[in-house]
Amino acid sequence: MSTLRIGCFLAAIGIAAAGGGALVQSAPAIAAKLQNPLESDEHAPPAGAKLYARECASCHGVNREGRRNAPSLNRPAVQAAAPGTLFWVLRNGSLHRGMPSFAHLPEAQRWQIVTYLRGR
Amino acid sequence: MTTARLKYLLAAAAALVLQPLCWAGEGPFFITYTHQMEEPGNLEFAFKTVMGKPDGGNRFFGTVAEFEYGVTGWWTSELYLDGQATRREGALFTGYRWENRFRLLSHEHWINPVLYLEFENINGADKSLLEIVNHDGQEALGSPNAEARFEKKREMEAKLILGSYVKGWTIAENFIAEKNVRHAPFEFGYAVGVSRPLAMAARPDRCNFCAENVQVGVELYGGLGTHEQFGVGGTSHYIAPTVAWTLASGTTLRISPGFGTTGTSAGYLLRFGVSYEAAQFGRAARNLFRGGRP
Repeated sequence: MSTLRIGCFLAAIGIAAAGGGALVQSAPAIAAKLQNPLESDEHAPPAGAKLYARECASCHGVNREGRRNAPSLNRPAVQAAAPGTLFWVLRNGSLHRGMPSFAHLPEAQRWQIVTYLRGR
Repeated sequence: MTTARLKYLLAAAAALVLQPLCWAGEGPFFITYTHQMEEPGNLEFAFKTVMGKPDGGNRFFGTVAEFEYGVTGWWTSELYLDGQATRREGALFTGYRWENRFRLLSHEHWINPVLYLEFENINGADKSLLEIVNHDGQEALGSPNAEARFEKKREMEAKLILGSYVKGWTIAENFIAEKNVRHAPFEFGYAVGVSRPLAMAARPDRCNFCAENVQVGVELYGGLGTHEQFGVGGTSHYIAPTVAWTLASGTTLRISPGFGTTGTSAGYLLRFGVSYEAAQFGRAARNLFRGGRP
């Protein structure tokens, strides 16, 4: 019984540690090949920051630090992700993990958020 | 009211007030549903009013108060409280509706289906016109409240919602089937809508009067008869341009003039509404009940 409990505990820690990284890893490889058309747009990061505050901060925190049910977006797995991968995650979300789809935002706005997320 | 119950009510109200508002972002439609679900834990409030005047009847205002909650990423639940006021006939509460929407596919596709199930307990005086089915027309809208209020309507309604986002355009199609739980045939209707924002990219600054905050679209909706008399003969249909303007604070204002396109339709309907959304309301309420901070 105690072995089972320890196993469950370790599994829970593993799932929690995987967090946002696992969602990024669930994107298909082809998504990573997408190029960010706003990569060099100087207005994209501040516009993305505004959109982040509006759409994402209530779950992921004002400084992207994460909250109980939403992982930190400052994690290396997220920071190292290709722009196209982040774009895929924003478009599809993960409905069963509570991450909604943001496909209702125009593509340009989703790229602005991606530019902001990769900005530091 | 007991002290404990009062405490719970105050806590819920405090959770609501203390939560930050966020963007509803639902688009400009009044009748047509898209596949966009409410974000988990968020609560959206909306008031929608329709104003019209049937031939030979009195001018009316049908209003619904709407409470939409994101239960999970794939399940949204919504409660409507309906009322109406008719000139020279007074105002009355006409009933409630409880709807649930279930997103059927987890990822975004070209066409995204959502299943909608609703129970309505309203009376015949209801004039919210949230959908048009069967041969609903201006004749029913002209019935005096004193008579219509005694007609009970307990109905189940199902919709298949199909939604797509294509290059900034939102395209949605709804197929409606409704059935009174006691009698009457299956009734059918439809709604389709197309919309897009005036600007695709966001401006860097926080703004009220910027194109990205305005969405324009058009809706087409109407009845399709019953399973015994399926078709468009004798049914009502409307075409309605619609505009939504979201303020920087997150409050969304909508307006839509609708024009009847058949002899049985009301000639003109004016819809207007306001909505705002409390972010992570569910979490704040749970924390308050547990004695934590909102």
